[in-house]
Amino acid sequence: MAHEAIHTDANDPQNITNPEHAQHHIVTPLQYTYVFGTLLLFTGITVAAAYVDLGWANPVIALGIACFKAVIVILFFMHVAFQSRLIKMTIGAGFFLFLVLITMTLTDYISRAWGMW
Amino acid sequence: MDSALATTDHDVHEEHEHVVLPQHRHHFETVEQQREAGSFGMWLFLLTEIMFFGGLFFAYLLYRNWFYPAFAVASNQLSVPLGAFNTAVLISSGFCMAVGVWAAEVRKRGLLVVMLILTTFFGLIFLGVKYDEYHEKYELHHIPGDSFNISMFTNPAGYGIKEAPLAPDMAQKTQIFFFLYFAMTGMHALHMIIGIVLLFWLTWRAHRGDFSSGYVAPIENFGLYWHFVDIVWLFLFPLLYLINRHPLH
Repeated sequence: MAHEAIHTDANDPQNITNPEHAQHHIVTPLQYTYVFGTLLLFTGITVAAAYVDLGWANPVIALGIACFKAVIVILFFMHVAFQSRLIKMTIGAGFFLFLVLITMTLTDYISRAWGMW
Repeated sequence: MDSALATTDHDVHEEHEHVVLPQHRHHFETVEQQREAGSFGMWLFLLTEIMFFGGLFFAYLLYRNWFYPAFAVASNQLSVPLGAFNTAVLISSGFCMAVGVWAAEVRKRGLLVVMLILTTFFGLIFLGVKYDEYHEKYELHHIPGDSFNISMFTNPAGYGIKEAPLAPDMAQKTQIFFFLYFAMTGMHALHMIIGIVLLFWLTWRAHRGDFSSGYVAPIENFGLYWHFVDIVWLFLFPLLYLINRHPLH
């Protein structure tokens, strides 16, 4: 049918008028190898850091490294860096909601069980 | 009335194009739109999974603050070398999965099958090590419940452990650590077992050639699931194995 030939916002295979339907991006094995190496390196760093007594900084470093590793997995292994804004916003909103829930529940526990902290 | 309906039906059939390719079903305008809808749905599922594991992480955060001495000594009973080894194994599994997604995208059937098999292989090694760790806890009576034994925590010197002894009531709280340890790593392992079952099915389909002609959505979305399970472990490892390590010295 003539349907294919007509360029509309919905029928836009080259994403000319509708850039939200992002062109699919293929991450190469070389890029995956860099991510893989970084993840292994930071696993080594987090194990080494755990054996040094840094007081309050130990859990902060351990969680900081875990967050960094999670972010590069999400961005590159899970292709989020190359996804549309809709998907990026959805993921961001999900993590934000998670933080809100943790904060509110923790606030409740701290204020109720005052003597236990 | 009847004839009017028949005419409409006829028109619809004439205009309607039946796209049989699985990568472009007829209710999507473009292949890109279908792909984005699929990724979007998968991410919504993964966000519910984050909330699910988030509840467990929150329980850990709370009880760790309440019963810190019990959590510190109980955490020190976990093997850091085994945990670190398993982290490396899981990262390798994730890397193979990522390369597998690339192989599907560039339509290399053989490489995709090899990568899916390697992903499964590393996943099974992880579960094997996990079994070994669970078995050790079983032998030490460190599984919460009736047969839980606190003597290693009330009398660490008797077991050759350089650790300050806990009062019996605090030593009982190590059960909460081990309960969370088994709940969190067990739920993670269950996700891996489900993933490995799916991997067998996907490997068979990949071998059949289902994913080497432009239809990569099942591989891509399974990859998202597998990487999510990796991320959960990236947090479990420092929280359960590493965070209280320094008091040993």
